[in-house]
Amino acid sequence: MTSAARTAGETILELEGISLAFGGVKALTDISFDVREHEVRAIIGPNGAGKSSMLNVINGVYRPQQGTIKFRGRVRRDMNTHDAAVQGIARTFQNIALFKSMSVLDNIMTGRNLKMKANFLEQALWVGRARREEYAQREKVEAVIDFLEIQHIRKTPVGRLPYGLQKRVELARALAAEPELLLLDEPMAGMNVEEKQDMCRFILDVNEQYGTTIVLIEHDMGVVMDISDRVVVLDYGKKIGDGTPEEVRTNQSVIDAYLGVAH
Amino acid sequence: MSAPPASPALDTFPRLLLHHAAVRPDHPALREKDLGIWQTWTWRQVAGEVRALACGLAAQGFERGMHLAIIGDNRPRLYWSMVAAQALGGIPVPMYQDAVAAEFVFVLNDAEIAYAIAEDQEQVDKVLESMSEVATLAHIYYDDPRGLRNYEGVTSFERLQEIGREFDAAHPGFYEAQIAKGHAEDVSVMLYTSGTTGKPKGVCQTHRAFIASARGGCAFDRLTADDRMLSYLPMAWVGDHLFSYAQAMYAGLTINCPESGDTVMTDMREIGPTFYFAPPRVFENLLTQVMIRMEDASAPKRWLFRTFMAVAKRCGAEIMDGKGGIPLGDRLLYRLGSVLIYGPLRNVLGMSRIRVAYTAGAAIGPDLFRFYRSIGINLKQLYGSTETCAYVCLQPDGGVRLDTVGIAAPGVEIRISDNGEVMVRGPMLMKEYFKRPDATAETIDAGGFLHTGDAGLIDSDGHLKIIDRAKDVGKLSGGAIFAPNYIENKLKFFPHIKEAVAFGDKRDHVCAFVNIDIGSVGNWAERRGIAYSGYTDLAQKPEVYDLIRQCVEEVNADLARDPVLAASQVHRFLILHKELDPDDDELTRTRKVRRGFVAEKYGVLIDALYGGKSVQHIETLVKFEDGRSGMVAADLRIEDAATSGQAAPARAA
Repeated sequence: MTSAARTAGETILELEGISLAFGGVKALTDISFDVREHEVRAIIGPNGAGKSSMLNVINGVYRPQQGTIKFRGRVRRDMNTHDAAVQGIARTFQNIALFKSMSVLDNIMTGRNLKMKANFLEQALWVGRARREEYAQREKVEAVIDFLEIQHIRKTPVGRLPYGLQKRVELARALAAEPELLLLDEPMAGMNVEEKQDMCRFILDVNEQYGTTIVLIEHDMGVVMDISDRVVVLDYGKKIGDGTPEEVRTNQSVIDAYLGVAH
Repeated sequence: MSAPPASPALDTFPRLLLHHAAVRPDHPALREKDLGIWQTWTWRQVAGEVRALACGLAAQGFERGMHLAIIGDNRPRLYWSMVAAQALGGIPVPMYQDAVAAEFVFVLNDAEIAYAIAEDQEQVDKVLESMSEVATLAHIYYDDPRGLRNYEGVTSFERLQEIGREFDAAHPGFYEAQIAKGHAEDVSVMLYTSGTTGKPKGVCQTHRAFIASARGGCAFDRLTADDRMLSYLPMAWVGDHLFSYAQAMYAGLTINCPESGDTVMTDMREIGPTFYFAPPRVFENLLTQVMIRMEDASAPKRWLFRTFMAVAKRCGAEIMDGKGGIPLGDRLLYRLGSVLIYGPLRNVLGMSRIRVAYTAGAAIGPDLFRFYRSIGINLKQLYGSTETCAYVCLQPDGGVRLDTVGIAAPGVEIRISDNGEVMVRGPMLMKEYFKRPDATAETIDAGGFLHTGDAGLIDSDGHLKIIDRAKDVGKLSGGAIFAPNYIENKLKFFPHIKEAVAFGDKRDHVCAFVNIDIGSVGNWAERRGIAYSGYTDLAQKPEVYDLIRQCVEEVNADLARDPVLAASQVHRFLILHKELDPDDDELTRTRKVRRGFVAEKYGVLIDALYGGKSVQHIETLVKFEDGRSGMVAADLRIEDAATSGQAAPARAA
């Protein structure tokens, strides 16, 4: 694989008429968009626009009342989280969801859980398959650690790390699953400028090196415009814009949504 | 042409490599932590890798006398690149990896670099960026392929070695013939000076010089193939080239490359080096970390730590030096402390196995130095420069003193010129500055002595004491030598004093400005219930003056012990009303005092110091961090300090 990594390929994920409501609250209304292979696709919008709900629909945390999800040619009403993971969808969370008292290494190892075949007994006794598997999986994990440059905190409990590094560890865990589609929920929220730049570089590196398709939610418009290939804009659960960063930047309804409009 | 000697002499680095590959083929030569696991290369493997690499470079047109730029962190392949270039009669030019592209341009042009080996994408990017301004640069190779797959015009290290293996197969005997052509007088490496004063200069060192230096160092500290060393300082720095390259290649010892710059501490604990070098700053950081962690320990542990550190302070360094006259009780306590405190502490620091540790590059504080020695770490100082293959003076075991840099290393002659400058002669002197015969002639005189630019003196035991940069040294009107930096450093070793500026050139006696350390003195004042509103207020408190006077008088007592420096005791001092600041041009960006500028700006204070006044009013314009400026005004007290060897004068004020 060569420079193909950065040029988008075929559509791998297609969302068709997704509507999601919690009781009377309509979180998402009739949303359709697609994600092409190897691209960086951003979802933006003001607070409460339904961005995180959208990600939750994609990896099966929420079941939409209407609409279909087509992933890798297979159409379904909803995903379930396990299926999503098996099919190569990994994600990070807006409010970090790591095991705080476990080491960085152990946390990232959990990202390889699905790839381990050893049964409970073998793992408990540390024999046969369990041991061989762990060695093999550890190697993959170490490659990710090297990739994200977190060797120095390998053995540190996650709870002791600063926020920016925890975010990176979470990305590492998602990467350890060797996903085809990576969902990032506000990977840069709460970071300082330097941490943001690091994170941007890592996201682009992941995209380039592994050819991973990335869907990310982000508030920082500068970041979004810099690193994404195409952008979806949501507002009050509706799609109000879709296109390249330049197209979205000049879209009047997007400008209204972000800057407000005189009533 | 002279016939080659019957048995190949070990007078070049490539020959040393072949020697180790034959004598100790399975001994580890290099280790690198990769993907969390230490990978080892034996001497035989290294010899094979270097051979492939050298042949690859030759196949790509690299010829005798050419320069090979090497840019990156301490990586095994970059060290191999050095031997490979040398095997072909080329000259490796390691470059500082943290320099920006614009800084690369000068060195790449000056050394007429055509071939460069860069560690990773970051370095390749910088080399490519400077390419438009460097006409000679044509071949770029990289070690770590990450992020480089879409680059054009750069070749991977593996590919280069592949080309080399093909070339080697097609040209049997080529590699051996190249090594046989090497000569001890050939330039083995070119290291650039830091260039703090003007443009960097390329220092050309020969195989003979560096091997002599390595031989001397290894003999002095009895380094053998069983020693191990952690390589984490920049490859472009002469110290790393001596310790990690020349000494390793000479003694056949093992070099360990850390996983990344951030993991050095962990890696050190895993490797347990026997030989260690670090600048004083690193030792200071380690000590601070230990102290902070001790603060958090439980009360019994803190008590244990305090008790035994007091024992160590009393007799630890003396026991290591094998001195007599230590009470049996202290010896037993120290033995117990080794089990309970010092041993575990050394282990935490990764220094359990250390036989020899060196520091150099800046003045090391007495407490810091003593701390490490007292817990049984053989920390010593050395003195030297890029032009002398890293050292000319070393402190011998058992003869370590804080204020000297040791005795002349084996084979080195040291002389002090009439104006106090240290001059050295020996086998490890540089051959020349590259393309700078003018600078070479200025530095090395007709007698073969290198002028170091440092002022120093040799004491009665033959120990060299460096006191200052020669250009800063002046004379008191009485004719005695005046070394401002030396006095200032002594003052700054007190935690209460942040900066000091000494005056005295062409004056009767020495006076000084002092900046208190607001953190340390502020804490001290709080514990004593002294109220203050800010720096200016605190600085003028009589209690603070008393505190600082004690420090000054201690320095005076210390200076009085040295007959040459006794005249430069500080007679009068004042505490400045503001901190010296780079924003106000009083300090350089690296926080060195700009003495001339300060003297001019505060001329009125100097007049008051020498005029015998006890109070002086001053107003100063200061720049704040947000770019605004304002005035700071204060009435500064000026006080006398007692000097030793005479009655203390009555206190002014």
